[in-house]
Amino acid sequence: MTHKISLTINGRPYSDEVEPRLLLIHYLRDVAGLTGPHIGCETSICGACTVMLNGRTVKACTMLAVQADGHSLTTIEGLAANGKLDPVQEAFWNEHGLQCGFCTPGMILAVKQLLADHPHPTDSEIRHGLDGNLCRCTGYQHIVNAVKAAAAKAGA
Amino acid sequence: MATVVAITKTAKPEPLVGKSIRRREDPRLITGTAVYLDDMKMPGMTHAVVVRSPHAAARIKSINAKPALDLPGVIAVFTGADVKHLGSVPCAASLPGLRVPFHHLLAQDRVYFSGHPVAVVVASDRYIARDAADLVEVDYEPSAAVADPEKALAAGAPAVHPEWPDNVAFNFHQDGGDIEAAFRDAEVVVKQRITSQRLIPTALETRGVLADWRAGEKSITLYSSTQIPHLMRTMVAGILGMNENKLRVITPEVGGGFGSKLNVYAEEALMAFISSKIDKPVKWVESRRENFQCTIHGRGHVDYFELAAKRDGTMLGLKLKLIQDIGAYHQLLTPAIPTLSVLMMPGLYKFKNIAADIVGAFTNAVPTDAYRGAGRPEATHGIERMVDILAAELKMDPVEIRLKNFVGNDEFPFATATGLSYDSGNYSAPLRLALQQVDYESLRREQVEARKAGRLMGIGISTYGEICAMGPSAALPAGGWESATVKVEPTGKVTVLTGASPHGQGEETTFAQIVADELGVDIDDVVVIHGDTSVVQYGIGTFGSRGTAVGGAALFEALQTLKAKVRKFGAMLLDASSVTLAGGECIDEATGKSVKFTEVAAAAYHAKKLPPNTEPGLVATHFWEPPNFTFPFGSHIVVTEVDRETGAIEIRRYIAVDDCGKIINPLLVAGQVHGGVAQGLGQALWEQAVYDDSGQLITGELTDYALPKAHFMPWIESSHTETPSPVNPLGVKGVGEAGTIGCSPAVVNSVVDALSPLGVRHIDMPLTPEKIWKLIEGGRA
Repeated sequence: MTHKISLTINGRPYSDEVEPRLLLIHYLRDVAGLTGPHIGCETSICGACTVMLNGRTVKACTMLAVQADGHSLTTIEGLAANGKLDPVQEAFWNEHGLQCGFCTPGMILAVKQLLADHPHPTDSEIRHGLDGNLCRCTGYQHIVNAVKAAAAKAGA
Repeated sequence: MATVVAITKTAKPEPLVGKSIRRREDPRLITGTAVYLDDMKMPGMTHAVVVRSPHAAARIKSINAKPALDLPGVIAVFTGADVKHLGSVPCAASLPGLRVPFHHLLAQDRVYFSGHPVAVVVASDRYIARDAADLVEVDYEPSAAVADPEKALAAGAPAVHPEWPDNVAFNFHQDGGDIEAAFRDAEVVVKQRITSQRLIPTALETRGVLADWRAGEKSITLYSSTQIPHLMRTMVAGILGMNENKLRVITPEVGGGFGSKLNVYAEEALMAFISSKIDKPVKWVESRRENFQCTIHGRGHVDYFELAAKRDGTMLGLKLKLIQDIGAYHQLLTPAIPTLSVLMMPGLYKFKNIAADIVGAFTNAVPTDAYRGAGRPEATHGIERMVDILAAELKMDPVEIRLKNFVGNDEFPFATATGLSYDSGNYSAPLRLALQQVDYESLRREQVEARKAGRLMGIGISTYGEICAMGPSAALPAGGWESATVKVEPTGKVTVLTGASPHGQGEETTFAQIVADELGVDIDDVVVIHGDTSVVQYGIGTFGSRGTAVGGAALFEALQTLKAKVRKFGAMLLDASSVTLAGGECIDEATGKSVKFTEVAAAAYHAKKLPPNTEPGLVATHFWEPPNFTFPFGSHIVVTEVDRETGAIEIRRYIAVDDCGKIINPLLVAGQVHGGVAQGLGQALWEQAVYDDSGQLITGELTDYALPKAHFMPWIESSHTETPSPVNPLGVKGVGEAGTIGCSPAVVNSVVDALSPLGVRHIDMPLTPEKIWKLIEGGRA
């Protein structure tokens, strides 16, 4: 038994027959071929699978593909426009906000959400805003710096 | 005049080594285009799921795979009988009298820990494979288990391996100097039991393997998320009984390791074997639960320390009885890890008398092995706690007692009681800098006032040393050298092949910085390749803070050989007796004439004319054998405030002054320090792997295991002193583990200091609010 779903990912239309139990993260990675979002825990704790659904972050490991039917998704692959990095991507690069890079796609989308909610975030707002995303490499300090740099650039 | 102009024109550009350069790895990582193991797909690829034991100790009475095989889409099920003839999961460490259980790829008649692999289901789809795993019927007869190392060593404990009823994996003794005399001469002896709890490394990317058998060639390409591709090739070939040159190991992007991927696991050999049996590519990706249950844990110490000293604070000798929780098996380096703790026992102090006894205890748990710091955080935590306990006993300031006992600047190289030779150091420098940054004197004054007001404020210091740049080959089972090849291509572009296999540390950048400086080429013309055994010459890997300190040294030496050859071709082209290489040109100092590096490269490959006794081409390879370890050091100071009502700990200041020798890229070094401190804080305050009495891992998911989050972390004030190492030509010491090693004792010393008015002398990690609250309540009673 499959369901047909139609959705938009990074501005492009997708239409596929999927099992009702198929997780959104597996749809994105295995069916749509977008391997930027990662699977780190399958319990919605680590946030490596974070993508945007209609402009708000969701964890694609604990959502079904059928729940995304008719909606619009953004993954890390959709951030850079015409080869130009998003300011958050640029800030992560400049500030060394990543090491192994596995959490980074989810982390960057979480930061997009954070800056949308708090264009001039305090340190505490940054750190609590990243509550749903784990990084084991950086100790978060350079990520905090990257968020500040991206916010400063957006405000400039 | 022409000469002067020519030299001015070619004056060396500003060196890149020492500069904060953003990483060349990052564009693929920040755009989601990097390829990690689970991102890989192959035509006809199948998916494997491992069926694991729910029991920590049980006899397997029977396995019925038929219901799984009947599910459409299932291709095969493999059980212990299918792999009985294959080799053991390897343990490379050797110790006298070490008991090494044969570690079959799949359980035979018994299981020894919860999560023990029992069968592998292979299907056309990952969902079908997971469904089918639930259909494999395994009939177990459970028996009593023991997961606590001290309980395992007690009389009457359940035997993990029936053939060794005492659960002793090994006994190891090391001493140096005259420990009896030290304790005879002592005016004071302090004793403390100190634990270093089991931790779960938790690389954000779990392990994964993709095996691709090529029947026509009888070869296997094994993609694995590993820190050690070459060692894996040799060892997996050994397990399977195949020629290692028929096995190619490729590491795609690796999402963190921290030691947990410095290993050869059953699944790597299993997938290679299975691919050859089903004649299709097969992929296995570990779930987070499997990662917690079945990938190595770190630490797992119970340490009994006794420190002998004079009343003036002079330390005389240290005794240690170390109980190492081994787990059910030895993984690659399991029994060697606590021996590193012994080597590190004296810390930065000059006392020359030690005695250590290690007992390795088998438990019904996943094996322990190298996790960030690997034996050295445990040792440093122990000695730095003991120094504070001694200082409290003697009513001395913890700064004063450390300064009194440090190895002096004029004593290097310093021979330790454990047989090491400390390379270089200025141990008081980072401490003094950290004290100045934190404004120690005024903090102590504030503390006096705080205590009067009933506030629990603490100041904790650690002055740590570590053993890095692993290491001389004599000290590592499979060799401790590293390799590098530098190839100048015909167009003058430079390709580096490093045997180290970085996975987030940034050597694609730091190595390119070194190449750009040495050859005078544009950093954008340099590509660093690693992690493919068919492309890169044999190497050892990235662990033990060795990437730059050993791999970088190999690169530096290869560059010197290469430069000599470049100069030969340059001299030939300029018809000069000798030339210098600078700013991307070979220059004849006598005439001022020069030839571009790119022209030299072309001439070396076109080979129309060759210098005397010179082969065409511009390639150099160097296998660099380190003459010694390096010994970074530093001082961390942590200021805490403990909430009397809740037991919560607030970190007010975190000062880290680390000396990792010469710094290639300060931005990347800061990243290593921050990440290291986060893992040290994780151990000090939050993380612990907990097994219950039946051997169930009750911290089996990220929902139950407190990995540090962004808002847990204090701001880390990181700075450095820079004492070059004489061990390698770069003067670097290594920084990967420093933050972790320096952190935990500073935090615990700080909280113990805060609670000392209540009579608290020691607290075992993690310092959870519950534990602290109970101490406060007990202190009030």
